[in-house]
Amino acid sequence: MIYYILRRLLQIIPVLLGITIILFVLMYIIPEDPAQLILQKGATEQALANLRAKMGIDKPVYVQYWRYVKQLAKGDLGQSYRYRRSVNSILAEHYPNSVKLALAAIFIEIVIGIFAGIISAVKKYTFWDTLVTVSTTLAVCVPVFWLGMMMQVIFGLQLGVLPMSGMGDGSIRYYILPALTLASVSTAYVARMTRSSMLEVISNDYITTAYAKGLSFRAVIGKHALKNALIPVVTLIGLDLGALMGGAILTETIFSWPGIGRVIYLAVLQRDAPVVIGGTLILVLVFVFINLIVDIVYAILDPRIRYHKREANV
Amino acid sequence: MIMDDDKKVKKVGTAAIPDELEIEGKYSRSSLYKDAWKRLKKNKLAMLGLGIVIFLVILAIFAPLIAPYDPNARVKEDSALGPSSQYWFGTDLLGRDILSRVVYGSRISIEVGIVAVGISVGLGLFFGALSGYFGRWPDAVIMRVADIFFAFPYILGAIAIMTILGSGIVNIFIAIGVLGWAYFARIFRGSILSIKNKEYIEAARALGASNTRIIVKHIFPNAIAPIIVYATMNVGTAIIVEASLSFLGIGVQPPTPAWGKMLSESLSFIDIAPWMMLFPGLAIVITVLGFVLLGDGLRDAFDPKMKN
Amino acid sequence: MTGNGKNNTVLEVNDLRTYFYTDNGIVKAVDGVSFDLKKGETLGIVGETGSGKSVTALSILRLIPEPPGKVVGGEIIFNGSDLLKLRKRDLQKYRGNRISMIFQDPMTSLNPVYTVGNQLIESVVIHRKLKKEEAVKEAVRLLQMVGITEAGNRLSSYPHEFSGGMRQRVMIAMAIANSPDILIADEPTTALDVTIQAQILELVDEIKKKTNSSIILITHDLGVVAKYAERVMVMYAGKPVEFSTVDNIFYRPMHPYTLGLMNSITRLDEEKREKLKPIKGSPPSLIELPAGCTFRNRCKFYSDECRKGFPPMKEVEEGHFAACYMAADILKNRAAKDNIDG
Repeated sequence: MIYYILRRLLQIIPVLLGITIILFVLMYIIPEDPAQLILQKGATEQALANLRAKMGIDKPVYVQYWRYVKQLAKGDLGQSYRYRRSVNSILAEHYPNSVKLALAAIFIEIVIGIFAGIISAVKKYTFWDTLVTVSTTLAVCVPVFWLGMMMQVIFGLQLGVLPMSGMGDGSIRYYILPALTLASVSTAYVARMTRSSMLEVISNDYITTAYAKGLSFRAVIGKHALKNALIPVVTLIGLDLGALMGGAILTETIFSWPGIGRVIYLAVLQRDAPVVIGGTLILVLVFVFINLIVDIVYAILDPRIRYHKREANV
Repeated sequence: MIMDDDKKVKKVGTAAIPDELEIEGKYSRSSLYKDAWKRLKKNKLAMLGLGIVIFLVILAIFAPLIAPYDPNARVKEDSALGPSSQYWFGTDLLGRDILSRVVYGSRISIEVGIVAVGISVGLGLFFGALSGYFGRWPDAVIMRVADIFFAFPYILGAIAIMTILGSGIVNIFIAIGVLGWAYFARIFRGSILSIKNKEYIEAARALGASNTRIIVKHIFPNAIAPIIVYATMNVGTAIIVEASLSFLGIGVQPPTPAWGKMLSESLSFIDIAPWMMLFPGLAIVITVLGFVLLGDGLRDAFDPKMKN
Repeated sequence: MTGNGKNNTVLEVNDLRTYFYTDNGIVKAVDGVSFDLKKGETLGIVGETGSGKSVTALSILRLIPEPPGKVVGGEIIFNGSDLLKLRKRDLQKYRGNRISMIFQDPMTSLNPVYTVGNQLIESVVIHRKLKKEEAVKEAVRLLQMVGITEAGNRLSSYPHEFSGGMRQRVMIAMAIANSPDILIADEPTTALDVTIQAQILELVDEIKKKTNSSIILITHDLGVVAKYAERVMVMYAGKPVEFSTVDNIFYRPMHPYTLGLMNSITRLDEEKREKLKPIKGSPPSLIELPAGCTFRNRCKFYSDECRKGFPPMKEVEEGHFAACYMAADILKNRAAKDNIDG
């Protein structure tokens, strides 16, 4: 088990390095000159040159990259081109907001998604099943930002019950709309996956065995079926957590949520390379890390794969 | 599970013929597709999806004939009017007819869907085939690269690519297409791996079939099926991504009507002119719904061992 | 079709019908099965794949998935009540307690995410109130009874750590946990290696002798039936076609299908013959059953009478039932042949 974790951790490094290289090259290719962007029009050539030297962007790309990696090893993500702050501090201020929103969304996914999935599987072909199936199918088709806008209009404008943007004082009311919007598509996937997983599990022989032993419907579903059925669902939710941590750019933009997704997006538009690269790096790191945890949890839930790790990593 | 399992080797008396060999041998020829089509036809929802898709394609191709007005014609006096008999979907702030813009917008969406997904599929098949069939180090390398693409936040990646390449529809194709190859590669590779080792391949080899023949006749038809399914559903995703990009301002450039762009334009006027937001949004939902239903239906049609 | 002495009868099945409602039509998997089971006897139910033998077994404990299946008729009398009419709650008291079942595929019949001990103890505590330590001791005892060594340690193992044969033993342990009156074994050895098959069957037989429980042994393997069953019911296309003692079935078969079966297997007790003679043709689809006798398309003794309707099960000689219009003739011809060969 330990070897498995170590091996996975080692595999992360090339992925991270790969991403830094890609990002670095991407930002380098961008035609605009960061110094120009900062100093705006009317800057003299000399001022621009000085600024470039100061920012270190007049050196060849591999030199810049090497510098960056050295910095990275010390945990320093550099300085934002745009703002007079370290990237670290920008992230530290905005990332927690994204995390909180992500957790709220995950909560909704788990509670509504799994519940809906179980009901619709157990009551297959009845009204509930149809309801869940229809809503999940629709939810997948609705663009997240449009849903957000509609919710703002209905609940914020027309009914006036919920705040339309921002985090406000941090109370729950402000979380409701953004979290629901963010969670919408994922909840649908969770519900569908729970449903199909339950259906598959229920058709297994060991369920018949459980009934043959004299167990009641509740015990069979609740004990025997559920644990098996939730294994892939847990994986799905875990992966989703990783993705959500990536900052939901669209949701954050619509609801003016001060999160990291928005920060990075703006940084891209502003050609603020250190923020883009540093921010994305953290996102990916978190995502990969969460993946690893998901795999471990999976191994805990499903005893079969503990013994077949060699083949597992395909 | 219900009745005695047919798929067992019959023992006593008769020679042991694995039933699987017969059943799957049949599938390896293109009767898989004929059977799937038959099953698809029976599925009402899937047929609805197909209908929506066809409707959309017609809309896109014949947009000039169908749209009542020029989508870019601004009629100042008629700005921000609600739905009426003259303007079925109302007008936007510049006095353009929303219905016509929605109709023309379908072109962008369909194009994006097909081209972007086409690129993803093409790349995915190529790398997936390399990975799956040859294994060893090509496989390891390609899968590692795929991991990177998976770990990359999707929208962010699209934004990044668009930022470099600049706006414009061709770049959208590239951005969405390039980002999506990893999943197809994985599916295809998985199919190849699992089929490669099935018994009927060994049987074919024993009978003297060459590698190419095996790939074309046996592996391909079966491996392509999940690709078709996922590609269909991915068109829906691609359309939403394009809309999102347009919404964020990096997508299609004005004045080309695109649903996402129309939505971003409507943002400031939600209270005054909510129809500006409603109809393009509905258009997206219905379009994507069509592809999702079709994709679901295809999946059920190809996989015979499904619900009862 | 009851046997002799009602006091000795432990289970009585009358005209059981189980259908499956599919998109392609109604599958009449079990269409009029009747038999009785005596205390301490092993009843073998044989037939090809699709003959309805497994569905019959599942119907007894009402384990048929509903949709698409449904027990549409008949009665199953056990302990004075009709199992088909019991409330689910009461039926659950019998399952795994008075009537147990073991299934075909040990690889998939155990829950992979719980330990063997957990599942075994569950069998025990569902029906008996035991303290934790007592339950554990019971589980160990049961594992030992089915021949698993180091039983104490094996409790914390997961099913995938066991071989097929051992998993089947665990299934048996779970089934006998509460000393059932009836043990239904649905093709218990079909999925196992030949060498293990013998062990498992011996084990089941041993347990039967120790506890004097009755066994319904379902199989398509005539050799197994020959060795372990006292009475045999032969099924074809959802209906029983012959029912009698194992000797009668093997030495004096009356139904053409049974005859065909006996001719198609190798037997050590007969003189050498040149070829095995399989029965021509294949079983009919259970959705579109032919009118009249369902076997007539493959039957050597076919006559016009066979078109009339499915022949009712008749006691042609004492304790020997067959569903065939020609049965009596077949018996007469054999008697004549035996006299000639003498």
